[in-house]
Amino acid sequence: MKEQQETANRPDNTAFTQQRLPAWQPMLSAGIVIPGFVIIGLAFIGIGIALFVTSQNIQVLERDYTGVENNSPCFKCSDPSTKNCVCKLDFSLDKLFEGPVFFYYGLSNYFQNYRKYGVSRDDRQLSGRLDNFQSPDEGCVPYQYDANNKPIVPCGSVANSLFNDTFKLYQIVNGARKLVPFDGKGIAWWTDHNVKYRNPSITPLKNAFNGTVKPTFWSKPAYELDPSDPANNGFVNQDFLVWMRRAALPDFRKLYRRITEGDYKNGLPAGNYSLEIAYNYPVLDFDGRKKVVFSNVSWMGGKNQFLGIAYLVIGSLCVVMSIVMLIVYAKFKFPDEE
Amino acid sequence: MSRRRVDSQGSLGPDDEVMPYSDDETDDELDPASDAETEAPPGAPHPPLEPKTSEASWKVKANDRAYHHLPEFQRKVFLCIKKSKYSGNAIKTYKYNVLTFLPLNLFEQFKRAANLYFLGLLILQVIPQISTLPWYTTLVPLVLVLSITAMKDLVDDLARHRMDKEINNRKCEVLLDGRFQESKWRHIQVGDVVRLKKNDFIPADILLLSSSNPNSLCYVETAELDGETNLKFKMGLRVTDERLQEESQLARFDALIECEEPNNRLDKFTGTMLWRRERYPLDLDNMLLRGCKIRNTDFCHGLVIFAGADTKIMRNGGKTRFKRTKIDELMNYMVYTIFVLLILVAAGLAIGHTFWYEEIGSKAWYLYDGKDEDASYRGFLSFWGYIIVLNTMVPISLYVSVEVIRLGQSKFINWDLQMYFPEKDTPAKARTTTLNEQLGQIEYIFSDKTGTLTQNIMAFKKCTISGQTYGDPTTAEGVSLDRGRPVDFSWNRYADRKFQFMDHSLVALIRSRKDKDALEFFKLLSLCHTVMVEQKEDDLVYQAASPDEGALVTAARNFGYVFLSRTQDTITIREMDQETTYEMLALLDFNSDRKRMSIILRAPDGRIRLYCKGADTVIYERLSPNSRHKQSTQDALDRFANETLRTLCLCYRDVSRDEYDAWARKHKDASVTMTDREAALDRVYEQIENNLMLLGATAIEDKLQDGVPETIAKLAKADIKIWVLTGDKKETAENIGFSCELLTDDMQIHYGEDINEKLTVRQANRRNEPLSSGRNRKKAPEPFFPQPGKNALIITGGWLNEILYEKKKKRRRLRLRRLGKRAPPNSPQDGQPQDDWEKEMRQIDFVDMACECEAVICCRVTPKQKANVVSLVKKYKKAVTLSIGDGANDVNMIKTADIGVGISGQEGMQAVMSSDYAFAQFRYLQRLLLVHGRWSYIRMCKFLRYFFYKNFAFTLVHFWYSFFSGYSSQVAYEDWFITIYNVLYSSLPVLLVGLLDQDVNDKLSLKFPKLYLPGQQGLLFNYKNFFISLFHGIFTSLIIFFIPYGAFLQTMGQDGEAPSDYQSFAVVTASSLVITVNLQISLDTSYWTFVNCFAVLGSIAIYFGIMFDIHSAGIHVIFPSIFTFTGAASNALRQPYLWLTIILTVGISLLPVICIQFLHKTIWPSVGDKVQRHRKKYEMEEEEKKKPPAFQRGQRSRRSAYAFSHSRGYADLISSGRSIRRRPAARGGPQDSIREVPHREAENI
Repeated sequence: MKEQQETANRPDNTAFTQQRLPAWQPMLSAGIVIPGFVIIGLAFIGIGIALFVTSQNIQVLERDYTGVENNSPCFKCSDPSTKNCVCKLDFSLDKLFEGPVFFYYGLSNYFQNYRKYGVSRDDRQLSGRLDNFQSPDEGCVPYQYDANNKPIVPCGSVANSLFNDTFKLYQIVNGARKLVPFDGKGIAWWTDHNVKYRNPSITPLKNAFNGTVKPTFWSKPAYELDPSDPANNGFVNQDFLVWMRRAALPDFRKLYRRITEGDYKNGLPAGNYSLEIAYNYPVLDFDGRKKVVFSNVSWMGGKNQFLGIAYLVIGSLCVVMSIVMLIVYAKFKFPDEE
Repeated sequence: MSRRRVDSQGSLGPDDEVMPYSDDETDDELDPASDAETEAPPGAPHPPLEPKTSEASWKVKANDRAYHHLPEFQRKVFLCIKKSKYSGNAIKTYKYNVLTFLPLNLFEQFKRAANLYFLGLLILQVIPQISTLPWYTTLVPLVLVLSITAMKDLVDDLARHRMDKEINNRKCEVLLDGRFQESKWRHIQVGDVVRLKKNDFIPADILLLSSSNPNSLCYVETAELDGETNLKFKMGLRVTDERLQEESQLARFDALIECEEPNNRLDKFTGTMLWRRERYPLDLDNMLLRGCKIRNTDFCHGLVIFAGADTKIMRNGGKTRFKRTKIDELMNYMVYTIFVLLILVAAGLAIGHTFWYEEIGSKAWYLYDGKDEDASYRGFLSFWGYIIVLNTMVPISLYVSVEVIRLGQSKFINWDLQMYFPEKDTPAKARTTTLNEQLGQIEYIFSDKTGTLTQNIMAFKKCTISGQTYGDPTTAEGVSLDRGRPVDFSWNRYADRKFQFMDHSLVALIRSRKDKDALEFFKLLSLCHTVMVEQKEDDLVYQAASPDEGALVTAARNFGYVFLSRTQDTITIREMDQETTYEMLALLDFNSDRKRMSIILRAPDGRIRLYCKGADTVIYERLSPNSRHKQSTQDALDRFANETLRTLCLCYRDVSRDEYDAWARKHKDASVTMTDREAALDRVYEQIENNLMLLGATAIEDKLQDGVPETIAKLAKADIKIWVLTGDKKETAENIGFSCELLTDDMQIHYGEDINEKLTVRQANRRNEPLSSGRNRKKAPEPFFPQPGKNALIITGGWLNEILYEKKKKRRRLRLRRLGKRAPPNSPQDGQPQDDWEKEMRQIDFVDMACECEAVICCRVTPKQKANVVSLVKKYKKAVTLSIGDGANDVNMIKTADIGVGISGQEGMQAVMSSDYAFAQFRYLQRLLLVHGRWSYIRMCKFLRYFFYKNFAFTLVHFWYSFFSGYSSQVAYEDWFITIYNVLYSSLPVLLVGLLDQDVNDKLSLKFPKLYLPGQQGLLFNYKNFFISLFHGIFTSLIIFFIPYGAFLQTMGQDGEAPSDYQSFAVVTASSLVITVNLQISLDTSYWTFVNCFAVLGSIAIYFGIMFDIHSAGIHVIFPSIFTFTGAASNALRQPYLWLTIILTVGISLLPVICIQFLHKTIWPSVGDKVQRHRKKYEMEEEEKKKPPAFQRGQRSRRSAYAFSHSRGYADLISSGRSIRRRPAARGGPQDSIREVPHREAENI
C-alpha cells in the first residue's frame, strides 16, 4: 500500500525470532555410532580388566561368628540369656595378608535403611545443642524419654541400637598370644567427626548430660564411651559415628579398626590368629548374621568383582553390537541411497 | 476425460440457486446449541423469532435516573440485596483486586486436577503417620508452579486493570441539571443524554438524537467493533433531529424508549420511542454503539440505552469456546493412567510391607517403634506413604511446562517474517496459545472462498452494452489487438488513476455521446448503488459495502459519470462535464434473497425512472417483453462466466407519476410495520421491479490471492483434504475450484442429485438387511466410487439439507407442532429417515463419501451449514479440522473447527476476532501448518515423551529400593534432590527442546510435505509411545538402582571407610540419574544451539553445585536437622570406584538406546530420517534453484456465472422510509441549511 515507513508491525529479523539460530544438527550416522561403540566397548573392556585384576589381588578374610551352628565357637554366646559372653574365633593365614589391613564387622538381614529407623534421631541434639538434650526431637519416639520421663541422650532408634560387640585380635606366636594393635582413629568420616557431630562445649562432658539418661540398650552413657580420649568420647566417638552412618542395604559392613601399627604395619604375617569377641549384640531374633572381615584395599577400594565383570560384559556387548550394526547397516544402506 | 454433469436444477431436486434459508443466529444461539447440534439436527433452523413481548421489556426514560431504580427494574443479586438491572457504565474486565487476587487465583488454579492432586499430597505429607517425605518436597515445586501461573495471571490482570481504568475515566459530556457537564464514563447511566464530539469514542450504546450534521447524520468508524475502517453513518430520527438541537430542548426531553433486552447482535436493534404520545420506530441505524468512534461530525447528542456490561460490544466479548488439542486429551488420559499405575504400585508395595513386617520387621528389636499396630494396618499406612513417595510419577511441572512451550511456539508464529504481509503491515498472530501442536495434525481444511482464496479485490474488466461487448484490448477504432495499452483517462479530472481499461473503443464511444444506451449504462452505474463518498483533498474516496459496487462506481467515474455526493434523498453526479442532481425517491436495497438493488430517481426534468442491477437470473425473469438484446447479452454473460468473471445485469424502467404515487403509499405502509418489516418491504419492492428494459451487463474480475494453487497443491501432498465452503453460486465455486487447481480435468465431478442417489441406494440396502445385524455391526464400508480415478463433490446447500434430511426434519417438526402430536411413521420410500439412527447413518455415509473424494466444494451454504459440515467431519471422522475464512459468515465455522484461522483482509475483523490464528494471506497457511504446526507437534511430542520418561526413571528407583529396605517407603535420594529434580536439574534442556528443536529446517519442511504425515496419524505421541517411554523409564530406573546396588553390595572405600552407607548410595544414584537424563535429552535433541549446550551442561553443573552446597558444613551448622547429608557428596565423589559406578550406570542406560535408535533408523527409516540424512544435499539444492516459475493460470473450459459478493448496502440508511420525504439540501451545504428543511414530519411514521 504505502511506503516502507508503514512497517511498524514488522517482526524483528533476528536469528532467534526466525528460528535460524546457528545450530549443530548431529545425526546418529553409521560413521559415528559404529566406531563409537567400538571405542566405548574397548574402553569398557579396559576398565573392566583393570577393575577385575585389581579386585582379584585384594585379600579378604571373612568369618561368620553368629553362632548358629552347634560347632561354631560362638554358639554358646548366641543364647541371649548369657551375659558378658566372650568367644574366640581362630584362623590361620598361610601367607602375608598385605597391609594396611582393615577390620570390619558385618551384619546381614539388618535393615538400617528402614525409613522409620533412619529418621529416629535428633540431629540437633547430635550436633551438641543443649536444648535438644532436655527435649529431644519427636522423631526419636519411642526412645525420646524413658519410663521416668527423662530425656534420652542420644535419643532415637539408631543410637539405641549401637553395635556393641568388641573385638581383640591375637597372633599366636609360639603358643603365646600377641595382641595385634588396632588403630581406631579416623575410621569415621572426617565431616562426621568434625562437623556433623559435636559434643556440647561443657567440661567435663558429663555435666552436659545432667538430667538425661543413656539409651535403654546401652550399658554406659555416651560420655563414657572413651573417657581416655576427649576427641573420641561422647558423640564424636568413632564407633558411634560409624554406626550412626546408616548402611544403604540390609547386608553391610562397617569399619571397626585398622591394623597399621607396630609389627603389623606391612600386614598380618602368615601364622595363627585368634579373635576374641565380646559377644553382646543379639541378632538371632530376626534371623540376622554377624561376621568379621579382614581386608586390604586398592585404589578402587575393597574387593568387589561386580563392577569389573559388569564393565567387561558391557564392553564386550558394545563390540558385538557394533559388529551387528555394521552388518545391518551394510545390508540396509543401499535402498535409501535413491 | 469426459465429465458428467448433472443438471441439478431438475424438477425434483432443491433449487441450486437459492440459499437454503437465511440464518441470522448469533453466538448467543450458537453457543448452547452447537454442541447439542452434533447429535441433533445440524442445520435445523430455529423457528422464526416472533416479536415477543419480552423483547420490548427494556425501558429507558430520558433524563430520569431515578426511573431506572424503580422496584420493577430491580433484580435479586444476592440474598435480599437488590440492584437495578441496568448496568452502570463502568466496565470491569479484570478478574481480581488486591484482596481477591490470592484467594481467587488460588481457587482457580486448584480447579485443575493436577494442582488439586498435589495439594492433597501435601495434606497427606503433613499427617505424621504416613508422612514419608518432608512437606517441602511437594510444597516447593507446587509453590513454584502456582506462582508462575499466578504471575502470568497477575500481569494479564494488571493490563486489564489499566485498560479499565483508562476507559472508565474517559471524559464525556453528560446533561445533568439542565446543562452539559463533563463527566467520567463510569458515571454515565442509562437514560442520560450525552454530547459527543468529533473523534470521541462512544461510551455506551446510544440512541442518536441529533448532530451537527444536516439531518442528524453522524459518521462512525466501527474498527473496534468489526475492524472495518470505512465510515458508516448513522442518523437520528427526524423528530429528534428537529426538536432536540438545543441544550434546553434536550434537558426537557422525556421520551420513553422501549426496546429489546441487551444482546450481542451487532446487526440488529428494534425498539420504539414514545414521546409526546407518539410512537416512533427505532432500529440499528439510530444507534451509536459503544466502541465506535465519531468521525466527521462536530458533535452529536444521544440517549444512553445500554451502558457498561449491557452494551453490545461487551456482550460480544469474552465468550470464547474453550478448545483443547488432541494431545491435551491424550495427556490427561496418560496422567490418569499414571495415577492408576501409582495406586497399583503403592498397593503392591503396601502388601509387600505387610508381609515383610510379619516375617522380619516385627522380630527386629532395633526397629521397635513403641506402637502396637498390626502388620496390615502398617501396610495400610505404608500405602499412603508410597503414594507420597511415588507421587513424582505424576509430573507436577508438566502442565506449566506445556504452557510455557506453547507460549513460545505462539511467539515464534507471531515473529515469523515469512508470514508477515508487508503490504498491509500485518504479521501473523497466534491469538490462542494453547493449540499450536494441533497445527501439526490437521487432516481437513475448510476454506471460505471470497477473501480467502480470492483477494476480494474487484476490477471492472468488461461489459456488454446493447449486445456489444467491450473490454478486450481494442483501439479507438474498434480494431482488436493482442496487447493493448491502458486507456488514458487524463481527460477526466475525476478519474481514479488506479483504474485500468484496455478497450479504447468504449471510451471513444462514450466521449462521442452517440450511443444513448452506453450513456445510460454508466449513468446507472453512477446512480444505482449505496456507495458513500468522502471528499479528501481534491480526491473522491468511495466507501462501498461490497468491493463489486466500488469497482462499478469507480468504473463509471472514469468513464465520465462521476458520483459526487449524496444526501439523504439526492444524488449528485457529474455527467461528463455537467453536474446533475437527482432526487432519490426510493432505494430498494440488495439482500441475498432479492439479489438485486434498485433505485427510483426523479430526474431534474421531472421524469421518474427506476434503475436496477442484479443477478442475471432474477433480472431476466423481470425483463419487459420489449427488452432488446436479451440473447446477445446472455451470450456475453456466458462468455464472461467462462473467463471466471463476475457479472451483473443492468436495466431500467420508466415509472409514471401515478404509478409511483400508488407504490409509494404501499411502500410507506410497509416500512412502518413492526412485524416482519423486511418481508413486507420485499413484497412491495417486487411490485415495481418488473417490466425492466435491459441495458447490458458488467463483468468484474475476482482475483485469486497469490500462491493459492501452490499452497493447495502443497497441502494436498501432505494428505490434507481441502473443502471449500462458500456462499457463492455453484458455477462460480466450481470455477474457482478449477482456477485454484483444487479441481482438475481428470476428476469426475459429482453433483447433488448423483450423490443423493448413491446415498439413497446405500440406505435402501441397509434397510433391507436384517435389523439385528445391521444396527450394530461394524463392517468396512465398501467405497462409493469403486471405479478408479479421482472424484470430486460439488454440492449446494439445498442438496446438503436434502441429503442430510434437514429440511424434512424441519418441516416435520413444524407439522408436528401444528398438529400437536406425533406424525405417523413414514414409509421408507419417501426418502425420510425412519429414526435418528438412520439419519446418523446417512450422515456417516455422506461424510464417508465426501472423504473418498479428492475435493469437496459446498456452495450456496449458509454460515450455519458451514459450521455443520465442519462438525460432521469432526464427529464422524474424528479428524482434526481447520477452518479458514475472512468474513463474518465464517465465524461459525471458525468457532466450530478444532482450529480457526482468520484472514485479516478486506472484509473486516469479525473472523479474526473469533479465530485462533490470523494472518493476511491464504498462502501463509502452508507455513503455519507444514512448518510451525509440524515443528510444534514434534517438539511437543518429544517433550512429553521425555517428560514422562524422566519422571519414571526418577521415581521408580524408589520402587526397586523398597525391595531392599523392608518396603518401608524409604526414598533412594536425598529429600532435597527430590524437591529440586523436576524444577532445576532436568527441566531446562527439555524445555529448550520443546521450544527450539527442529529435525529439518523450514525450507525442507515445505519442500517435503510428506514430513507432515506422522503428525496427522498421531504417530509421535500416542499410547504406544507412552508405554515405550514408560518402559524406557523403567529400564533406566532399574539400571540406576541395580548397578549401584551391585557396586555397594560388599565394597569399602579407597581408605577403608565403608562407603556403602545410605547417603553415598543416594549421591551415586542421584548423580547417575541427573547425568543420564541430561544426556538422554541430548540424544533427543536434533538441533543443537549454544543454548541447548548451556542448558545440558548447566543442569549437570547446577546439580553438582547445589549438591555440594547442601552437603557442605556451613549449611548443616545452621540447619542441622534439615540438611543432614553433610559431607556425603565430597566423601562419595572422592572415590574413583563410585565414579566408575556412575559412568557404568550412565553407559548402560544410554548405549542400548543409541543402538536401538540407530538400528531402527537404518532398517525402518522414516521420511524424516531420510530427509535428515540428506539434509546437506537438499539444502544445497535449495540454495541453487531459486523461486519456482510463476503460476500460470490456464484458460478453463468452464462456464461460470456471476457471483454477487454483496452484503446489504447502506441503502437502509440512505433511504428507508424517511428519505422519501426529504428535499435535497444543497451539495456540501453549509450548516445553516439544516433549518431550512421543510418540516413534514407530520406524516412521519
